[in-house]
Amino acid sequence: MSPRVTTPSEDFLRGVWRENPVLVQLLGLCPALAVTNTVANSLAMGIATFFVLTGSSLLVSLLKSWIPKEVRISAYILIIATFVTMADMLLAALVPDIHKALGAFIALIVVNCMILGRQEAFASKRPVGRALLDAFGTGLGFIVALFMMGTVREVLGNGSFLGVPLFGDAFEPWIIMILPPGGFFTLGLLLLVFAWWEERKDVPVHPRHWPHGVTVTVDAGGPGGSPAGAGVNAPRSD
Amino acid sequence: MSARLEAALHAGRLELVASPHLKGPQSTVRIMWTVVATLVPVVAMAAWSFGLSALLVIAAATLGAVGTERLFGQGGSLADGSAALTGLLLGLTLPAGVPLWMALLGGAFGIGFGKLLFGGLGQNVFNPALVGRAFLQAAFPIALTTWPIPGQGWSRWAGDTFALPLLSGGADAVTGATPLGLMKFEEVSTPFRELFLGTTGGSLGETSALLILLGGAYLAYRNYLNWRIPVSILAVVAGLSSAIHAVDPAGFPGAPFMLFSGGLMLGAVYMATDMVTSPVTNAGAWLYGAGIGALVVLIRLWGGLPEGVMYAILLMNALVPFIDRATQPRVFGTGRRAAT
Repeated sequence: MSPRVTTPSEDFLRGVWRENPVLVQLLGLCPALAVTNTVANSLAMGIATFFVLTGSSLLVSLLKSWIPKEVRISAYILIIATFVTMADMLLAALVPDIHKALGAFIALIVVNCMILGRQEAFASKRPVGRALLDAFGTGLGFIVALFMMGTVREVLGNGSFLGVPLFGDAFEPWIIMILPPGGFFTLGLLLLVFAWWEERKDVPVHPRHWPHGVTVTVDAGGPGGSPAGAGVNAPRSD
Repeated sequence: MSARLEAALHAGRLELVASPHLKGPQSTVRIMWTVVATLVPVVAMAAWSFGLSALLVIAAATLGAVGTERLFGQGGSLADGSAALTGLLLGLTLPAGVPLWMALLGGAFGIGFGKLLFGGLGQNVFNPALVGRAFLQAAFPIALTTWPIPGQGWSRWAGDTFALPLLSGGADAVTGATPLGLMKFEEVSTPFRELFLGTTGGSLGETSALLILLGGAYLAYRNYLNWRIPVSILAVVAGLSSAIHAVDPAGFPGAPFMLFSGGLMLGAVYMATDMVTSPVTNAGAWLYGAGIGALVVLIRLWGGLPEGVMYAILLMNALVPFIDRATQPRVFGTGRRAAT
């Protein structure tokens, strides 16, 4: 079975926006929720993941003829773990503060299913150039998503952007935004906006007018059209 | 179909409508606005205690709720009055001194996340007003636990009312602890008369137990709330706290204090009885109320917070589908329970 033919630019752009790993495919949500409480942490995690993804895709694509099919997952994991160890040591050497803040989540890049998914679905079946393009695109998409989450959470939760205060001393921080619930709220809102953006293009369903003065509305009052509670009839809307 | 009937249909003299064909006089709109009307004395009491700030906070919370419903609600859902009621109830759970932008945000969050995301009126799991309150409590813990003392007159602003959005105003307001806070952290009791009439510190609607009970009694009389819910909440709180008080009178407050302090009355009468988020069966209503009562006592006496009514109700809201399923009545004439 030969894969569908795609152009190089398609391979690159797909992961950035239309098939964004976090916002569309819902992969790699654990780091997206856990370490995005500041912009700096988000960027560091995004870049580390980008590095691991690119390195792994390159190596998997190069070695694809030598990896036996039966043990391919373990082989991919070994390759990914190699790059994660490198990223871990690099971060510890270059930015020790951020390395400390990210904690165990750097090691957990190994089990980021977005990375394994790209190896299994793409890098192991395509030439090196395409595998790299795909890794660049997907990694960039991951950075974009984490950056968006980090921006929302740091601005609201701390009143700053990359540590620079935006609103002065009187700012009233939304403490919940830098706590775990804030991660869920932000991700939920971003997904909502993305879904709305996609759905916006669909043609709205208009009410159909049947003869005899009967109007059939599709999804008229929405789910809220049903009575509010026990034993009460809502007034008819038609 | 007979020819005459068909002719009548074509002429537009007959209309095809789905059942139900018999309807009671109640409607969502009427119930919602009746509940709002019974809250007017409570709002007036809040205004009398805390001045104009109270009215502005309630108005801002209502505006946030109604505005969100208007923007994102489906098909004229604003007209049923439920969003206005949510905003009003949220406003009554806030301290008088919160900045207006926070009250507005709480109303918007309560309706947006607490109700519309679930699909609008009738679909939500959690009480929207309490969702808004819980969000504000988690986001701005200090502003939400700064209690202006009542009775300072109309002209005095109770706190940072007019702070700009995202900022705190830094105003100097005269604040004091609530009766529950005094009990928990300083072991000082408040006289019963003050608690009952509501001349103590606290949230806007937490103060007068008398007015809330009167409004609740009227709603129960009109069958707009299931009286079993507040009765079981209050009974369990009274019973549990009396038992604990009997064991250790010095360490724990007695039943009157527990019943008439904090948000218990407002929560039991107006929040827990929300038709959407409370059980439909009467047996379920007893169970649900008892659960809330027990959680309130647990959180107040042994929890880290002085007040626990909000979390008690939200936790039991989550259990309502299970309570409903467990308390289905038997099908008449058979030994088996109705399927859910």
